Amino acid sequence: MDGAPAPAPDSQPSAAEIAARYGLKVSGARPTLVQYIRQLWRHRFFINEFARAKSQSRYTQARLGQLWQVATPLLNALVYYLIFGLLLGTSRGVPDYIPFLVTGVFIFTFTQTSVLAGVKAIAGNRGLIRALHFPRAALPLAFTLVQVRQLLMSMGVLLAIVMIMGQVPSWSWLLAIPALFLQAVFNAGLALIVARLGSKVTDLAQLLPFVLRTWMYASGVMYSIAIMAQDAPFAIKLLLDLNPAAIYIDLMRFALIDSFTSAQLPPHVWALALGWALVAGIGGFLYFWKAEEQYGRD
Amino acid sequence: MTETETEIQRSTGADTVRGDTRPTVIADDVHIVYRVHTAGSGKGGAPAALRRIISRKPSPNVRTVHAIKGVSFTAYRGEAIGLIGSNGSGKSTMLRTIAGLIPPERGKVYSDGQPSLLGVNAALMNDLTGERNVVLGGLAMGMTPEEIRERYDGIVEFSGINDKGDFISLPMRTYSSGMAARLRFSIAAAKKHDVMMIDEALATGDRRFQKRSEERIRELRKDAGTVFLVSHNNKSIRDTCDRVLWLESGELRMDGPTDDVIKEYEAFTKK
Repeated sequence: MDGAPAPAPDSQPSAAEIAARYGLKVSGARPTLVQYIRQLWRHRFFINEFARAKSQSRYTQARLGQLWQVATPLLNALVYYLIFGLLLGTSRGVPDYIPFLVTGVFIFTFTQTSVLAGVKAIAGNRGLIRALHFPRAALPLAFTLVQVRQLLMSMGVLLAIVMIMGQVPSWSWLLAIPALFLQAVFNAGLALIVARLGSKVTDLAQLLPFVLRTWMYASGVMYSIAIMAQDAPFAIKLLLDLNPAAIYIDLMRFALIDSFTSAQLPPHVWALALGWALVAGIGGFLYFWKAEEQYGRD
Repeated sequence: MTETETEIQRSTGADTVRGDTRPTVIADDVHIVYRVHTAGSGKGGAPAALRRIISRKPSPNVRTVHAIKGVSFTAYRGEAIGLIGSNGSGKSTMLRTIAGLIPPERGKVYSDGQPSLLGVNAALMNDLTGERNVVLGGLAMGMTPEEIRERYDGIVEFSGINDKGDFISLPMRTYSSGMAARLRFSIAAAKKHDVMMIDEALATGDRRFQKRSEERIRELRKDAGTVFLVSHNNKSIRDTCDRVLWLESGELRMDGPTDDVIKEYEAFTKK
């Protein structure tokens, strides 16, 4: 800031005046939104590399190694199938129950793990944060990207299961791409929000699994909302239809499963999917940025 | 060192700017207060804690510690400044404040560019190989993949990790604490920093590494940066720094040329 007025030669300039004269900035001040986005863009390689490293190092201690990336979602689906498909019989009235269930489990897991990773993104990486300067949003974003990589692996498994169960690949499968993209943006937004919350309120990491499990049971992962909520009051139905997790799950089912028709989708489903992605994505980013200067402190 | 340089280094406080030297860090009456959550005396346990949350009373388990009490100084381009003082005198806190990681309760720290703090406790990713950590660390500092590829060999060679076999391709959790500290220093020193702060990092390396890093610090200073060094080793302070800040119980006790301050400090500690 060369334009700062020079103080009178006989008076001692204050620290702030000297700082202004030499263009010094207050240490640790929050960058403006534009600067912040620019910094993040400069760190895009870091985000990508961090996500790659994290997903590869995840199973290094296990003997089967990377195989767990595929085995974990498969085992998950198997457990839910045993309990909800065979024991409780929530499959009644749902054709193609296995693809229906597996899609629900994988898509919800994507959001669930993104949130759970997000809440620890700042709190669990204090060392890194105190050692190096980078825009902190890189961490929750990288953790979301880890989940995206995991999901792509799961999608391979999902497509295989869907085909084994008799679905024929069709053009509608391409709808999975925009659906996943919107969900990823939504997840990133949620991860940013819980990352900021989790950095201050460390109890959140203990609480969130319960919140997420409740959310899962309300999202029609293992049953059909359309069938279950047939006789529910309008307000409940509306809430169930507005639930972003249910929206992303239903979109994926619509894309992959022939017997899941557009009649089962809530009204304005793409608009809602886009709306949730924008609200969570932009809102989460702004919310996270607002506390940028506070991360890494005790 | 020339006569004029010594003259510049003696200038203290935020009140003087000499000649054409540019200040890089100005600390203006900085106070740091920590709020520490202690486990408490255990009185009442969970029900009492719940009652406090509901009645919004402050927890008696939060204690405040006044760690820095009004420190002012100005650091100039090309200086290497040592911070000395007994344990708990606020040296590391001061560095973290300059780096912008702790907000001052009162006062302000102004800095040129982004000060980088490099401490022994600063963990990279332990599950990853040293190789990966070099790349990640570089990217986190804002280097591009090309820049890292260019400097990768230099970083590994400087750290001396591969002196005794191919350790760089092993996960960092297998490293000794000295090796890990060396690698962290090498990564951080690969980039030109406007203001670089080193917290005891040199003490962990072996003698050969200390020599190399002292050289590197000198180079970094030539690039017009400012280096802060916290150490309990008066010799490494003497070897690298030309100005020393002596902190005691959060107060700046002395600020001046290395030899003068260390002489006083040694007299003080022998008491």
